Amino acid sequence: MANSLKCDLCSKPATVHLTQIVNSKIHKVDLCEACAQAKGVTDPNGFSLADLLLKASLNPETGSDARCESCGFTQQDFKKTGRFGCPACYDHFSAMLEPMLETMHKGNKHTGKVPQRALERKSLYEKLTQLETELEQAIKAERYEDAARCRDEIHRVRQSGVRSSKA
Amino acid sequence: MKINELIESHSELTDTAASKSAVVLMTRIRLARNLAQQPFPGWAKEAQKREIRDQCMQAVAALPQMKRGLAIPVENLDELQKQILVERHLISRELCHAKSGAGIVISKDQSCVVMVNEEDHLRIQVLRAGFQFKKVWATINALDTDLEEHLDYAFSPRLGYLSACPTNLGTGIRASAMMHLPALVISSQMEKVVRAVNQLGMAVRGLFGEGSDASGSIFQISNQTTLGESEEEIIKHLHGVLTTIVEQEQNARQKLLETDPNKLFDKIGRAFGILQNGYLLNSGEAMNLLSLIRLGIDLGIFADAQRAVIDRLFIECQPGHVQHAAKGAFEPGQRDVLRAERLRVEFAKVTPPDFSNAAR
Repeated sequence: MANSLKCDLCSKPATVHLTQIVNSKIHKVDLCEACAQAKGVTDPNGFSLADLLLKASLNPETGSDARCESCGFTQQDFKKTGRFGCPACYDHFSAMLEPMLETMHKGNKHTGKVPQRALERKSLYEKLTQLETELEQAIKAERYEDAARCRDEIHRVRQSGVRSSKA
Repeated sequence: MKINELIESHSELTDTAASKSAVVLMTRIRLARNLAQQPFPGWAKEAQKREIRDQCMQAVAALPQMKRGLAIPVENLDELQKQILVERHLISRELCHAKSGAGIVISKDQSCVVMVNEEDHLRIQVLRAGFQFKKVWATINALDTDLEEHLDYAFSPRLGYLSACPTNLGTGIRASAMMHLPALVISSQMEKVVRAVNQLGMAVRGLFGEGSDASGSIFQISNQTTLGESEEEIIKHLHGVLTTIVEQEQNARQKLLETDPNKLFDKIGRAFGILQNGYLLNSGEAMNLLSLIRLGIDLGIFADAQRAVIDRLFIECQPGHVQHAAKGAFEPGQRDVLRAERLRVEFAKVTPPDFSNAAR
């Protein structure tokens, strides 16, 4: 073969060529003998292409030292472990993550179960926080009619929250 | 419930009288969940981890499904106890190696398990003997919904449940079946099956998950992708693939019976002889012999009632269980003696094979 492929991991000539079809999308990996061995491609029992694609798609040159603001995790840390530091990392590293998700999964959008109760709690909490700020501002500006409206609204939201958590 | 009571009591996998399933030994689903605004276990500080563990274990242990179950920090278990839980497929090897801050909650019937601070804050798992995806999904879905009542999960409307590793992102689901495929192994077709299953985006592993060997011709087959499809779709696809593999295995069995029955009967007969009379059996050999007996049961050579016994022995001939039964720590060489003794006693009670019954 004239057009000899290079190993995706170390750029030696590739001798192992693997194809995996995920949702009728074809993913190909080319590896040299040593990398194939090291990654367990030749072991039919313990090989996951997803893990390999995850590692291969991380380009070492772009390893910026950007940190997740919430937990201090860096892209370097991700490269070492293949795991993120906290839920907020998914936002902070989304540019790196997006192309990875394409190859790793059947899509890049969640279509499954939703934690209904947790989301209700969250929106309730956000609504209350917003109303409380409004109430404070109204009192400061001596807009007492608005303040009274906010107070009633807060009371109503609290009541509905209690009801829904009992249901 | 205490750990010792749990080990002594009957478990879902070792005592299912209704073990009628010829090929699928066990169905299991796990969900990866994490708390919002908390670092994942691999990145959390020790104090944070303990705080997360206390919060999670309290919420899980309070669930009605976990009533009178076991809730225990991993560091309170000794090595043998952990090994037994691994051999029963209740906890992962990774969790055993957790130095601190990890915990386990197990239901009384040992069918529901929640691992706390493994790779994710919560790994919820439900397992049942046999091929039962509908039932297992209904159970775990309800468990997860109940838990969500008390814990705020890390969730993004677009990316779904946020997990430490992006390979679990979205649904966080891993559905798997433990399959007994002796005829595909004997007729050297397993490599072909593994390749085909891999190409469909699913993973094949040995008895004890990643990196373990397939002793006893037992394989775990599971989905690999978790994002872009709903839980029901993922399970449906896997179910379809597994059904095909069951058919392949049945065909391979039929073929073996047609082309060279004597070779097959010889293997099964010899396995019975060794199990009845052997004095030294390591766990790998014991698994392979038991696998042949199970195949014999499926073919009608042994009584159907023996299947549940074999399924129990698959677990009880593992090193941890052998040592537990003998009440002590034993070197591998001594374990082989104990294991063989246990199997001799068990197989002295088994009616000898009747090969004329083999379904052709």
